[in-house]
Amino acid sequence: MSTDPSYLGLAASGVLVAVAVGISMWRHLGLERSILWASLRALVQLLVIGAALGLVIDPGQPIAFSWIWVAVMVGFAAWTTQRRASEVPGVLPLALMAYGASCLVSLGVLFGLSVFPVEGRTVVPLGGMVIGNSLAATVLVGRRIVGELADHRDEVEARLALGMTSAQAAHPFLRSAARTALTPQIETTKAVGVVFLPGAMVGLILAGTDPVEAVRVQVAVMYLVLGSVATTTTVVAIGVSRRLFTPDHRLVRDLRRSPD
Amino acid sequence: MGHLFELHDVHVADGDQQILRGVDLQVNERGITVVQGPSGSGKSTLLRLLNRLEVASSGSITFRGDDLMDLDPIELRRRVGMVFQRPTPFPGTVSDNLLAADPLLDDVGIAALMDRVGLPVDLVERDAMVLSGGEAQRMCMARTLATGCEVLLADECTSSLDAAATSAIEATARALAADGDTVVWVTHDEGQADRLADHRVRVEEGRVVD
Repeated sequence: MSTDPSYLGLAASGVLVAVAVGISMWRHLGLERSILWASLRALVQLLVIGAALGLVIDPGQPIAFSWIWVAVMVGFAAWTTQRRASEVPGVLPLALMAYGASCLVSLGVLFGLSVFPVEGRTVVPLGGMVIGNSLAATVLVGRRIVGELADHRDEVEARLALGMTSAQAAHPFLRSAARTALTPQIETTKAVGVVFLPGAMVGLILAGTDPVEAVRVQVAVMYLVLGSVATTTTVVAIGVSRRLFTPDHRLVRDLRRSPD
Repeated sequence: MGHLFELHDVHVADGDQQILRGVDLQVNERGITVVQGPSGSGKSTLLRLLNRLEVASSGSITFRGDDLMDLDPIELRRRVGMVFQRPTPFPGTVSDNLLAADPLLDDVGIAALMDRVGLPVDLVERDAMVLSGGEAQRMCMARTLATGCEVLLADECTSSLDAAATSAIEATARALAADGDTVVWVTHDEGQADRLADHRVRVEEGRVVD
Protein backbone atom coordinates (compact mmCIF):
# COMPACT_ATOMS: atom_id res chain seq x y z
CA MET A 1 0.00 0.00 0.00
CA SER A 2 1.29 3.45 -0.91
CA THR A 3 2.04 5.71 2.06
CA ASP A 4 1.28 8.88 0.04
CA PRO A 5 -2.07 10.26 1.27
CA SER A 6 -4.67 10.67 -1.47
CA TYR A 7 -6.69 13.90 -1.71
CA LEU A 8 -9.45 11.98 0.07
CA GLY A 9 -6.93 11.07 2.81
CA LEU A 10 -5.83 14.69 2.98
CA ALA A 11 -9.45 15.73 3.47
CA ALA A 12 -9.82 13.07 6.16
CA SER A 13 -6.80 14.50 8.01
CA GLY A 14 -8.89 17.67 8.24
CA VAL A 15 -10.70 15.83 11.04
CA LEU A 16 -7.72 16.82 13.22
CA VAL A 17 -8.37 20.48 12.41
CA ALA A 18 -11.95 19.88 13.50
CA VAL A 19 -10.58 18.45 16.75
CA ALA A 20 -8.57 21.64 17.33
CA VAL A 21 -11.64 23.77 16.53
CA GLY A 22 -13.75 21.61 18.86
CA ILE A 23 -11.26 22.06 21.71
CA SER A 24 -11.23 25.82 21.12
CA MET A 25 -15.05 25.94 21.29
CA TRP A 26 -15.21 23.64 24.34
CA ARG A 27 -12.65 25.71 26.30
CA HIS A 28 -13.95 29.05 25.00
CA LEU A 29 -10.54 29.95 23.58
CA GLY A 30 -12.02 32.01 20.76
CA LEU A 31 -9.49 30.60 18.28
CA GLU A 32 -11.85 28.76 15.92
CA ARG A 33 -11.59 31.30 13.09
CA SER A 34 -7.80 31.56 13.48
CA ILE A 35 -7.38 27.78 13.38
CA LEU A 36 -9.57 27.41 10.30
CA TRP A 37 -7.91 30.36 8.54
CA ALA A 38 -4.38 29.10 9.35
CA SER A 39 -5.21 25.57 8.19
CA LEU A 40 -6.79 26.74 4.95
CA ARG A 41 -4.04 29.25 4.25
CA ALA A 42 -1.31 26.63 4.83
CA LEU A 43 -3.09 24.23 2.47
CA VAL A 44 -3.40 26.80 -0.33
CA GLN A 45 0.14 28.13 0.11
CA LEU A 46 1.66 24.66 0.05
CA LEU A 47 -0.41 23.53 -2.94
CA VAL A 48 0.69 26.61 -4.88
CA ILE A 49 4.31 26.18 -3.81
CA GLY A 50 4.15 22.46 -4.57
CA ALA A 51 2.86 23.13 -8.07
CA ALA A 52 5.48 25.83 -8.71
CA LEU A 53 8.21 23.67 -7.24
CA GLY A 54 7.12 20.82 -9.48
CA LEU A 55 7.73 23.03 -12.51
CA VAL A 56 11.06 24.41 -11.28
CA ILE A 57 12.71 21.21 -10.15
CA ASP A 58 11.52 19.15 -13.08
CA PRO A 59 14.63 17.39 -14.47
CA GLY A 60 13.76 18.82 -17.88
CA GLN A 61 14.11 22.41 -16.63
CA PRO A 62 17.45 24.28 -16.49
CA ILE A 63 19.11 24.16 -13.06
CA ALA A 64 19.30 27.98 -13.19
CA PHE A 65 15.58 28.08 -12.35
CA SER A 66 16.32 26.35 -9.06
CA TRP A 67 19.07 28.82 -8.21
CA ILE A 68 16.74 31.71 -9.04
CA TRP A 69 14.22 30.17 -6.62
CA VAL A 70 16.92 30.11 -3.91
CA ALA A 71 17.81 33.74 -4.65
CA VAL A 72 14.15 34.73 -4.28
CA MET A 73 14.02 32.89 -0.93
CA VAL A 74 17.13 34.81 0.20
CA GLY A 75 15.46 38.11 -0.73
CA PHE A 76 12.20 37.22 0.98
CA ALA A 77 13.99 36.07 4.14
CA ALA A 78 16.00 39.31 4.23
CA TRP A 79 12.80 41.34 3.88
CA THR A 80 11.16 39.33 6.68
CA THR A 81 14.22 39.90 8.86
CA GLN A 82 14.00 43.64 8.25
CA ARG A 83 10.34 43.65 9.32
CA ARG A 84 11.03 41.66 12.48
CA ALA A 85 14.19 43.51 13.51
CA SER A 86 13.50 47.04 12.33
CA GLU A 87 15.58 48.59 15.14
CA VAL A 88 18.75 47.03 13.72
CA PRO A 89 20.44 49.63 11.49
CA GLY A 90 21.05 48.53 7.90
CA VAL A 91 19.58 45.11 8.56
CA LEU A 92 18.34 44.49 4.99
CA PRO A 93 21.72 44.44 3.22
CA LEU A 94 23.23 42.63 6.19
CA ALA A 95 20.58 39.91 6.12
CA LEU A 96 20.97 39.56 2.35
CA MET A 97 24.70 39.13 2.86
CA ALA A 98 24.21 36.70 5.75
CA TYR A 99 21.74 34.42 3.96
CA GLY A 100 23.79 34.62 0.78
CA ALA A 101 26.99 33.71 2.63
CA SER A 102 25.20 30.92 4.43
CA CYS A 103 23.90 29.40 1.19
CA LEU A 104 27.32 29.76 -0.38
CA VAL A 105 29.14 28.05 2.50
CA SER A 106 26.60 25.36 3.35
CA LEU A 107 25.50 24.41 -0.14
CA GLY A 108 29.08 24.83 -1.36
CA VAL A 109 30.23 22.19 1.12
CA LEU A 110 27.36 19.77 0.47
CA PHE A 111 27.55 20.03 -3.32
CA GLY A 112 31.32 20.57 -3.50
CA LEU A 113 31.96 17.38 -1.54
CA SER A 114 29.26 15.55 -3.55
CA VAL A 115 27.15 14.82 -0.47
CA PHE A 116 24.13 15.53 -2.68
CA PRO A 117 23.99 15.82 -6.48
CA VAL A 118 23.38 19.31 -7.90
CA GLU A 119 19.81 18.92 -9.13
CA GLY A 120 16.65 20.96 -8.83
CA ARG A 121 15.21 18.50 -6.30
CA THR A 122 18.22 19.05 -4.00
CA VAL A 123 19.10 22.73 -4.60
CA VAL A 124 15.70 24.19 -3.73
CA PRO A 125 14.86 22.09 -0.62
CA LEU A 126 18.37 22.39 0.82
CA GLY A 127 18.42 26.14 0.13
CA GLY A 128 15.08 26.35 1.90
CA MET A 129 16.47 24.48 4.91
CA VAL A 130 19.46 26.85 5.09
CA ILE A 131 17.36 29.99 4.91
CA GLY A 132 14.30 28.89 6.85
CA ASN A 133 16.26 27.57 9.79
CA SER A 134 18.54 30.60 9.94
CA LEU A 135 15.76 33.18 9.98
CA ALA A 136 14.84 33.05 13.67
CA ALA A 137 18.48 33.01 14.79
CA THR A 138 19.33 35.93 12.50
CA VAL A 139 16.50 38.08 13.84
CA LEU A 140 17.39 37.10 17.41
CA VAL A 141 21.09 37.87 17.14
CA GLY A 142 20.49 41.27 15.51
CA ARG A 143 17.90 42.38 18.05
CA ARG A 144 19.91 40.99 20.93
CA ILE A 145 23.10 42.87 19.99
CA VAL A 146 21.26 46.18 19.71
CA GLY A 147 19.52 45.49 23.04
CA GLU A 148 22.71 44.45 24.82
CA LEU A 149 24.69 47.46 23.64
CA ALA A 150 21.83 49.84 24.47
CA ASP A 151 21.35 48.31 27.93
CA HIS A 152 25.09 48.25 28.68
CA ARG A 153 26.00 51.56 27.09
CA ASP A 154 27.88 52.68 30.24
CA GLU A 155 30.00 49.54 30.30
CA VAL A 156 30.72 49.68 26.57
CA GLU A 157 31.83 53.32 26.84
CA ALA A 158 33.93 52.51 29.91
CA ARG A 159 35.72 49.87 27.82
CA LEU A 160 36.21 52.35 24.94
CA ALA A 161 37.52 54.93 27.42
CA LEU A 162 40.22 52.45 28.46
CA GLY A 163 41.50 52.50 24.88
CA MET A 164 39.80 49.34 23.67
CA THR A 165 38.78 49.12 20.03
CA SER A 166 35.07 48.95 19.27
CA ALA A 167 35.47 45.24 18.44
CA GLN A 168 37.07 44.61 21.86
CA ALA A 169 34.48 46.71 23.67
CA ALA A 170 31.59 44.93 21.95
CA HIS A 171 33.03 41.43 22.24
CA PRO A 172 31.35 40.31 25.51
CA PHE A 173 27.96 41.42 24.18
CA LEU A 174 28.43 39.85 20.75
CA ARG A 175 29.47 36.64 22.42
CA SER A 176 26.40 36.63 24.62
CA ALA A 177 24.06 37.38 21.68
CA ALA A 178 25.63 34.75 19.43
CA ARG A 179 25.44 32.13 22.19
CA THR A 180 21.76 32.95 22.76
CA ALA A 181 21.00 32.61 19.05
CA LEU A 182 22.98 29.39 18.52
CA THR A 183 22.09 27.52 21.70
CA PRO A 184 18.57 26.45 20.62
CA GLN A 185 19.98 24.90 17.44
CA ILE A 186 22.67 23.08 19.41
CA GLU A 187 20.07 21.80 21.89
CA THR A 188 17.84 20.65 19.01
CA THR A 189 20.78 18.84 17.46
CA LYS A 190 21.48 17.10 20.78
CA ALA A 191 17.86 16.04 21.29
CA VAL A 192 17.29 14.72 17.78
CA GLY A 193 16.29 11.06 17.66
CA VAL A 194 15.83 10.92 21.42
CA VAL A 195 13.19 13.55 22.12
CA PHE A 196 11.79 13.94 18.59
CA LEU A 197 12.16 12.64 15.04
CA PRO A 198 12.99 15.45 12.63
CA GLY A 199 10.70 16.35 9.76
CA ALA A 200 12.95 15.39 6.83
CA MET A 201 13.52 11.93 8.26
CA VAL A 202 9.86 11.37 9.06
CA GLY A 203 8.93 12.49 5.54
CA LEU A 204 11.39 10.09 3.94
CA ILE A 205 10.28 7.16 6.08
CA LEU A 206 6.62 7.90 5.32
CA ALA A 207 7.53 8.01 1.62
CA GLY A 208 8.95 4.49 1.94
CA THR A 209 12.69 5.19 2.22
CA ASP A 210 14.79 2.78 4.27
CA PRO A 211 15.15 4.31 7.80
CA VAL A 212 18.95 4.06 7.76
CA GLU A 213 19.07 5.91 4.46
CA ALA A 214 16.63 8.47 5.89
CA VAL A 215 18.96 8.93 8.86
CA ARG A 216 21.92 9.59 6.55
CA VAL A 217 19.98 12.32 4.76
CA GLN A 218 18.75 13.75 8.05
CA VAL A 219 22.22 13.92 9.57
CA ALA A 220 23.54 15.75 6.52
CA VAL A 221 20.59 18.17 6.69
CA MET A 222 21.10 18.68 10.42
CA TYR A 223 24.75 19.56 9.97
CA LEU A 224 23.75 21.83 7.10
CA VAL A 225 21.34 23.67 9.38
CA LEU A 226 23.89 23.97 12.19
CA GLY A 227 26.52 25.36 9.80
CA SER A 228 24.00 27.74 8.25
CA VAL A 229 22.81 29.14 11.57
CA ALA A 230 26.41 29.64 12.72
CA THR A 231 27.30 31.42 9.47
CA THR A 232 24.30 33.77 9.39
CA THR A 233 24.57 34.70 13.08
CA THR A 234 28.29 35.42 12.71
CA VAL A 235 27.83 37.60 9.62
CA VAL A 236 24.95 39.50 11.23
CA ALA A 237 26.72 39.86 14.60
CA ILE A 238 29.87 41.30 13.03
CA GLY A 239 27.91 43.47 10.60
CA VAL A 240 25.53 44.89 13.20
CA SER A 241 28.27 45.68 15.68
CA ARG A 242 30.21 47.54 12.96
CA ARG A 243 27.16 49.65 12.22
CA LEU A 244 26.68 50.54 15.89
CA PHE A 245 30.15 52.05 16.17
CA THR A 246 31.77 54.84 14.21
CA PRO A 247 35.11 54.26 12.47
CA ASP A 248 36.80 56.20 15.31
CA HIS A 249 35.47 53.74 17.91
CA ARG A 250 32.49 55.59 19.35
CA LEU A 251 29.15 54.01 20.11
CA VAL A 252 26.50 55.68 17.95
CA ARG A 253 24.49 58.20 19.91
CA ASP A 254 20.97 57.28 18.82
CA LEU A 255 21.16 53.61 19.76
CA ARG A 256 17.65 52.69 20.79
CA ARG A 257 16.24 49.44 22.03
CA SER A 258 12.84 48.69 20.55
CA PRO A 259 10.11 47.35 22.83
CA ASP A 260 9.94 43.54 22.79
CA MET B 1 51.53 78.22 32.12
CA GLY B 2 50.83 76.02 29.03
CA HIS B 3 47.46 74.79 27.95
CA LEU B 4 46.73 71.10 27.75
CA PHE B 5 43.49 71.38 25.79
CA GLU B 6 42.38 74.34 23.73
CA LEU B 7 38.83 74.55 22.39
CA HIS B 8 37.87 77.11 19.77
CA ASP B 9 34.24 77.84 18.84
CA VAL B 10 33.16 74.26 19.56
CA HIS B 11 29.59 73.31 18.73
CA VAL B 12 27.93 69.96 19.40
CA ALA B 13 24.47 69.19 18.05
CA ASP B 14 22.26 66.15 18.43
CA GLY B 15 19.78 66.45 15.59
CA ASP B 16 18.07 69.81 16.07
CA GLN B 17 19.23 70.12 19.67
CA GLN B 18 22.29 72.30 20.28
CA ILE B 19 24.23 70.85 23.23
CA LEU B 20 27.30 73.11 23.04
CA ARG B 21 27.05 76.52 21.35
CA GLY B 22 30.45 77.93 20.53
CA VAL B 23 32.71 76.97 23.44
CA ASP B 24 36.10 78.64 23.76
CA LEU B 25 38.20 77.20 26.55
CA GLN B 26 41.77 76.51 27.64
CA VAL B 27 42.44 73.73 30.14
CA ASN B 28 45.59 74.23 32.18
CA GLU B 29 48.51 71.82 32.09
CA ARG B 30 48.62 71.39 35.84
CA GLY B 31 46.17 70.99 38.68
CA ILE B 32 42.48 70.29 38.92
CA THR B 33 40.13 72.12 36.58
CA VAL B 34 36.58 71.93 37.87
CA VAL B 35 33.77 72.27 35.33
CA GLN B 36 30.53 73.38 36.99
CA GLY B 37 27.05 73.96 35.75
CA PRO B 38 23.45 72.88 36.13
CA SER B 39 22.08 69.58 34.80
CA GLY B 40 21.74 69.60 31.04
CA SER B 41 24.12 72.53 30.58
CA GLY B 42 26.49 70.48 28.40
CA LYS B 43 29.33 69.97 30.88
CA SER B 44 29.42 66.17 30.45
CA THR B 45 29.43 66.55 26.67
CA LEU B 46 32.31 69.01 27.02
CA LEU B 47 34.25 66.42 29.04
CA ARG B 48 33.49 63.60 26.61
CA LEU B 49 34.88 65.69 23.75
CA LEU B 50 38.30 65.58 25.39
CA ASN B 51 38.76 61.82 24.87
CA ARG B 52 36.66 61.66 21.70
CA LEU B 53 33.73 59.73 23.10
CA GLU B 54 31.95 62.65 21.42
CA VAL B 55 33.10 64.71 18.47
CA ALA B 56 32.36 68.34 17.78
CA SER B 57 29.94 69.27 15.01
CA SER B 58 32.19 72.25 14.30
CA GLY B 59 35.12 74.10 15.85
CA SER B 60 38.55 72.77 16.83
CA ILE B 61 40.09 71.07 19.84
CA THR B 62 43.81 70.58 20.40
CA PHE B 63 45.62 68.37 22.91
CA ARG B 64 49.19 69.52 23.65
CA GLY B 65 49.02 71.48 20.40
CA ASP B 66 47.84 68.58 18.21
CA ASP B 67 44.40 68.63 16.63
CA LEU B 68 42.38 65.98 18.43
CA MET B 69 40.99 64.67 15.14
CA ASP B 70 44.53 63.96 13.91
CA LEU B 71 45.27 61.72 16.89
CA ASP B 72 44.54 58.00 17.03
CA PRO B 73 41.46 57.77 19.31
CA ILE B 74 42.66 54.54 20.94
CA GLU B 75 46.01 56.08 21.83
CA LEU B 76 44.34 59.32 22.95
CA ARG B 77 42.03 57.45 25.35
CA ARG B 78 45.01 55.69 26.94
CA ARG B 79 46.49 59.12 27.61
CA VAL B 80 43.23 60.82 28.61
CA GLY B 81 41.42 58.46 31.00
CA MET B 82 37.85 58.85 32.17
CA VAL B 83 35.77 57.89 35.20
CA PHE B 84 32.01 58.01 34.71
CA GLN B 85 29.12 59.11 36.87
CA ARG B 86 28.01 55.59 37.71
CA PRO B 87 30.51 52.83 38.53
CA THR B 88 30.94 50.45 35.58
CA PRO B 89 32.46 47.26 36.99
CA PHE B 90 33.10 44.57 34.37
CA PRO B 91 32.13 40.97 35.17
CA GLY B 92 34.97 39.16 37.00
CA THR B 93 37.15 40.00 39.95
CA VAL B 94 38.69 43.34 40.85
CA SER B 95 41.97 41.96 39.56
CA ASP B 96 40.31 41.02 36.23
CA ASN B 97 39.03 44.59 35.94
CA LEU B 98 42.49 46.07 36.42
CA LEU B 99 44.01 43.58 33.99
CA ALA B 100 41.39 44.61 31.39
CA ALA B 101 43.09 48.01 31.34
CA ASP B 102 46.65 46.64 31.44
CA PRO B 103 47.12 42.91 30.85
CA LEU B 104 50.79 43.18 31.85
CA LEU B 105 50.08 44.30 35.42
CA ASP B 106 51.75 42.17 38.07
CA ASP B 107 50.80 41.76 41.74
CA VAL B 108 52.99 44.71 42.76
CA GLY B 109 51.37 46.96 40.17
CA ILE B 110 47.90 45.88 41.22
CA ALA B 111 48.69 46.52 44.90
CA ALA B 112 50.06 49.98 44.03
CA LEU B 113 46.87 50.88 42.13
CA MET B 114 44.68 49.67 45.00
CA ASP B 115 46.73 51.82 47.36
CA ARG B 116 46.39 54.91 45.14
CA VAL B 117 42.61 54.77 45.36
CA GLY B 118 42.50 53.80 49.03
CA LEU B 119 41.21 50.24 48.59
CA PRO B 120 42.56 47.36 50.69
CA VAL B 121 44.64 44.99 48.57
CA ASP B 122 42.77 41.94 49.85
CA LEU B 123 39.79 43.05 47.73
CA VAL B 124 41.57 42.06 44.51
CA GLU B 125 40.03 38.62 44.31
CA ARG B 126 36.54 39.89 45.21
CA ASP B 127 33.81 39.68 42.56
CA ALA B 128 33.64 43.24 41.17
CA MET B 129 29.88 43.04 40.78
CA VAL B 130 29.30 42.71 44.54
CA LEU B 131 31.41 45.71 45.61
CA SER B 132 29.68 48.61 47.31
CA GLY B 133 29.11 51.73 45.16
CA GLY B 134 32.09 53.51 46.70
CA GLU B 135 34.40 50.51 46.34
CA ALA B 136 33.28 49.95 42.75
CA GLN B 137 33.90 53.58 41.79
CA ARG B 138 37.35 53.53 43.38
CA MET B 139 38.11 50.31 41.51
CA CYS B 140 36.97 52.03 38.29
CA MET B 141 39.34 54.89 39.04
CA ALA B 142 42.18 52.40 39.66
CA ARG B 143 41.29 50.69 36.37
CA THR B 144 41.53 54.01 34.54
CA LEU B 145 44.84 54.82 36.22
CA ALA B 146 46.12 51.39 35.12
CA THR B 147 46.23 52.72 31.55
CA GLY B 148 48.99 55.10 32.64
CA CYS B 149 46.94 58.10 31.57
CA GLU B 150 48.40 61.59 31.97
CA VAL B 151 44.97 63.26 32.23
CA LEU B 152 42.00 62.10 34.29
CA LEU B 153 38.49 63.16 33.29
CA ALA B 154 35.92 62.68 36.07
CA ASP B 155 32.24 63.04 35.17
CA GLU B 156 30.35 63.66 38.45
CA CYS B 157 32.01 60.49 39.63
CA THR B 158 31.10 60.93 43.29
CA SER B 159 27.47 61.95 42.82
CA SER B 160 26.10 58.59 43.95
CA LEU B 161 28.64 57.92 46.71
CA ASP B 162 28.68 58.39 50.47
CA ALA B 163 30.93 60.92 52.19
CA ALA B 164 33.74 58.45 52.97
CA ALA B 165 33.98 57.17 49.39
CA THR B 166 33.74 60.74 48.04
CA SER B 167 36.55 61.82 50.33
CA ALA B 168 38.77 58.91 49.21
CA ILE B 169 38.20 59.70 45.52
CA GLU B 170 38.84 63.42 46.05
CA ALA B 171 42.07 62.53 47.85
CA THR B 172 43.15 60.42 44.87
CA ALA B 173 42.42 63.33 42.51
CA ARG B 174 44.44 65.73 44.66
CA ALA B 175 47.33 63.24 44.82
CA LEU B 176 47.30 62.92 41.03
CA ALA B 177 47.37 66.69 40.64
CA ALA B 178 50.20 66.92 43.18
CA ASP B 179 52.16 64.37 41.10
CA GLY B 180 51.87 66.67 38.07
CA ASP B 181 48.96 64.96 36.30
CA THR B 182 45.96 66.92 35.07
CA VAL B 183 42.44 66.37 36.35
CA VAL B 184 39.30 67.76 34.73
CA TRP B 185 36.47 67.30 37.18
CA VAL B 186 32.80 67.85 36.37
CA THR B 187 30.49 68.53 39.28
CA HIS B 188 27.42 70.50 40.25
CA ASP B 189 28.41 70.36 43.93
CA GLU B 190 29.68 73.81 45.01
CA GLY B 191 31.29 72.41 48.15
CA GLN B 192 33.25 69.85 46.16
CA ALA B 193 34.30 72.52 43.67
CA ASP B 194 35.62 74.63 46.57
CA ARG B 195 37.57 71.68 47.96
CA LEU B 196 39.14 70.63 44.67
CA ALA B 197 39.40 73.48 42.19
CA ASP B 198 42.70 74.96 41.14
CA HIS B 199 40.87 76.40 38.13
CA ARG B 200 37.15 76.79 37.50
CA VAL B 201 35.00 76.76 34.39
CA ARG B 202 31.27 77.41 34.43
CA VAL B 203 29.00 76.03 31.69
CA GLU B 204 25.42 77.22 31.22
CA GLU B 205 23.11 76.45 28.33
CA GLY B 206 25.94 75.10 26.21
CA ARG B 207 28.30 78.04 26.72
CA VAL B 208 31.28 78.74 28.96
CA VAL B 209 30.21 81.74 31.00
CA ASP B 210 33.37 82.50 32.98
